[in-house]
Amino acid sequence: MQRIKPGRAEHLITVNGEQRRVSLRPADTLLYTLRDELGLTGAKPGCENGDCGACTVLVDDVPMKSCLLLTMELVDESRPRQIETVEALDRAAVQEQFLRHWAFQCGYCTSGFLMLAEGLCRQRPDADASEMLDWMRSNICRCTSYAELIHAVADTLQRSAREGAEPAHP
Amino acid sequence: MPTAQASQSAKQETEPTAPAAANPGAGAFGRRMQAVGQSVARKEAPNKVTGRARYRGDVTPVGTLTACIVPSGHAHAQLVRVDVDSARRMPGVVAILTGEDTDLLCGEVLEDRPPLARGTVRYHGEPVALVIAHGEAEARAAARRVAIQYAALPLVATVEAAVASDAPLIHPALGTYTRAQPPVVPQAHTNIADHAKVRRGNPTEGWAASDVVVAGHYSVPQVDHAAMETRSARVEILHDGRVIVQSTTQAPFEVQKLLAKSFQLQQGQVIVDVPLVGGAFGGKAAVQLEVLAYLASRAVGGRPVQVVNSREEDMATSPVGIGLVADVKLGATRDGQLQVADLTFLLDTGAYTDSTPRVARAICSECTGPYRVEHVRCDAYTVYTNHTYATAFRGFGHFPLTFAIERTMDRLAQALGMDPVALRRKNLIGPGDQTPTRMVLTRSTLGDPQACLDRAATLLGGPAAEATGSHTVRARGLALFWKTSSSPPNAISGAVVTFNQDGSVNLSTGTVEVGAGTKTTSAQIVAEQLGIDVEQVHIHTHINTKVDPEHWKTVASMSTFMAGRAVMEAAEDAKAQLKSVAAIALKCAPGDLSVAQGRVFLTADPNIYVTFSDVAHGYSYPGGDAVGGQIIGRGSYIMRHLTLLDEATGEGHPGPSFTVGAQGVEIDLDRRTWRYRVVRAVTVVDAGRVINPAGARAMLQGGMCMGIGLATREGVLYDRDGQRLNSQLRSYKVMRAGEQPDAYGVEFVETPQIDAPFGARALGEHGLLAMPAAVAAAVSHAIGQPVDHLPITPESLWQLSRTAAAQ
Ligand code: FES
Ligand code: FES
Repeated sequence: MQRIKPGRAEHLITVNGEQRRVSLRPADTLLYTLRDELGLTGAKPGCENGDCGACTVLVDDVPMKSCLLLTMELVDESRPRQIETVEALDRAAVQEQFLRHWAFQCGYCTSGFLMLAEGLCRQRPDADASEMLDWMRSNICRCTSYAELIHAVADTLQRSAREGAEPAHP
Repeated sequence: MPTAQASQSAKQETEPTAPAAANPGAGAFGRRMQAVGQSVARKEAPNKVTGRARYRGDVTPVGTLTACIVPSGHAHAQLVRVDVDSARRMPGVVAILTGEDTDLLCGEVLEDRPPLARGTVRYHGEPVALVIAHGEAEARAAARRVAIQYAALPLVATVEAAVASDAPLIHPALGTYTRAQPPVVPQAHTNIADHAKVRRGNPTEGWAASDVVVAGHYSVPQVDHAAMETRSARVEILHDGRVIVQSTTQAPFEVQKLLAKSFQLQQGQVIVDVPLVGGAFGGKAAVQLEVLAYLASRAVGGRPVQVVNSREEDMATSPVGIGLVADVKLGATRDGQLQVADLTFLLDTGAYTDSTPRVARAICSECTGPYRVEHVRCDAYTVYTNHTYATAFRGFGHFPLTFAIERTMDRLAQALGMDPVALRRKNLIGPGDQTPTRMVLTRSTLGDPQACLDRAATLLGGPAAEATGSHTVRARGLALFWKTSSSPPNAISGAVVTFNQDGSVNLSTGTVEVGAGTKTTSAQIVAEQLGIDVEQVHIHTHINTKVDPEHWKTVASMSTFMAGRAVMEAAEDAKAQLKSVAAIALKCAPGDLSVAQGRVFLTADPNIYVTFSDVAHGYSYPGGDAVGGQIIGRGSYIMRHLTLLDEATGEGHPGPSFTVGAQGVEIDLDRRTWRYRVVRAVTVVDAGRVINPAGARAMLQGGMCMGIGLATREGVLYDRDGQRLNSQLRSYKVMRAGEQPDAYGVEFVETPQIDAPFGARALGEHGLLAMPAAVAAAVSHAIGQPVDHLPITPESLWQLSRTAAAQ
């Protein structure tokens, strides 16, 4: 069965350090490309209009809602961008803290919160509690009490501050 | 092959733990636990922090078609014409279905809901047509081309309007609907789909004996489950007759039965597969998209078709949580002894009933709250409105019920000039007392509400309200809850434990992992019973109705009890088999043997043993010949001694036991802006026995946070024409980081339920049950006026203050 693909064209994007060739419609969101073209299903659709953050990935180290980005904006032909998804995290400090603090139940929001926290550690390793909360308000978790998530992120920040080093990169 | 002889050469032996008693409850007391009582990390945790945990939408085979719902733009109207011609000609469209293509009526309790509207639409967002196309983009583009002509019908906007004598009828054919799961008592030619009641004692006597009577009128809006994963289903009909379903359901076996019944299939032909589910909260126990996906697949020759809710569809088209309007009147003696309760509940089920009549009966069962009341009249009506249809929400009716009761208890305390905690303590129900449905309680079935109340009151501390500045107040409120399962009396659960050759085991149960950690809890129980490490218990994270034994539904916090009982029995069965094979190897009788730490050993001399791996797949003699076979343990549980509630009096036995608890909050309120914040929240619950302390605490805290959301902001909104106003997460507000209390206090009382695994009571949804009531109590104390309507927003408080000032 042939999918009908109006206006599709092939482009290169850089995901998790690898250059990938993807077939794009101009209207494809990055979330769609990651999940349906590349099989990187860690980023989740929760609302597809920017409200929930379940789709959060890093673009050049900045957390972005991938449902609000057109993949077309990120193709290597224009300005190459480094896209990172949760699949790129490998025993990162933030993952360990999420495990330690029971920062998830159903796990559906987890990839988004992890990438948000990872971005926070990279961008604002010295963030204080109120800045951290400002960042964390962009995502929703319906299962936990947020206390677990906040402790996990706060401990990750503290640890990276203590070590005076960049948090674990993939 | 290590044998009894080989084992004797082992240098150092540790004394194995004494084996567990066969009696499921008995293991709880006095024995050192290895797996139960430990904060074991959930089995699927590593996958959840690496993006590798798979949910329904993460694997969609190439070639799967997408079906999109065309929603009704009206809340109540006749469908004059549904024109699909131009949509049908859009690129990529394979088929379009409307209500005219099927005369099926669905409904868990009462069959009142067409999967696609036929002739009439009854809520804004109701599915009118289904567009099946190669991809989502094509399906959505075509869906916009479906032209629907409506002729408006008068709107029924509230439950009060719905029960008025001249109300327009939403279901003129109500009297003819099939009752799929009695009891349900529809009132033909009205909007009352069901009337459940409790009649106990003699209220006239109760009123005569009462010195003080208080009454309150309360409302709780419909709310949205808002699980982060929206609902979706995929169906493929194979030519050999099998129907392959993958869905986000909490009730795979219900989906199986309902599809089989609706489409005249054998149940075995319907295979339902459920991967990890991204939150459910009751909303995924309703069967809806599975039927649409089946109809869609059938229309395209059985090809795989998926229906995936957008967030807007998930909120406006799929069922929401039931709304409630309550009138509660309590009578008591001067010294605060409750005499009589008179309760009327109108449940806003929206356009269709789904499970609401069952929720109504659950409300009846516990309608007095955990208090001793001799005389009770309770009427719970399931009422149709032109709202989104409603289904169970976390707590099965108990958070609105608790809100109504506890607000009235506070009123009574005030009328009596009594401390609210003292009033509650005086009236607490206890062993030997009867519930409203005349179930006689024991310590085991009830637990210890007083211990919960006293501890929560201590934790909360402080006065009801104190000024903290010229216009700021700190206030506290406390409320109690109780809840039983209200499950069908014949609900079942099964478990199978198979052994791998190396002595590790595979555990199969029918529960769905919705986030509650139920699979891990079951693994802990098996590990405890077999005396092995939890690491050696391998679970099925997906459940599949073809291979996994049935578990009624993953609802009502019943997994630990029901699946746990089955799991214990399966472990015992496996142990008996291990012993019978080991008895041959060790040349003794099975009765001489014990099982612990991965070994079967002579009770009298633990140095003589075989390991599980020696006997798990048969025992081989030195010559190579063998006896025994794979060890396969089976366990099966069915609810016992439960009965349906009597239609006239409500008498019946709705659940195996209760979970009781007390919750409190401390708030800071600003009297100038009416803004307030919950700064501290406490819960003390009788858990019977805590199987996974960190897991239980996290689950309760999550419920508390959701409960604060329900108290402070959540509620489905409709405009004057019945159109949904907040079907997005930016307009339907849920809690976000930073809005949670600064501190959560969760403590457990452990009064074992003697027929439960290790004494563990149902624990899951309870964290939210009394939160809205506690918040309302605190806010009422802060402003010196009763707050009786949810959600409690600054605006609602401002309005209340103006009304009070005007009086
Ligand atoms: S899916 Fe992107 S913000 Fe919700
Ligand atoms: S863990 Fe379920 S939404 Fe966050």
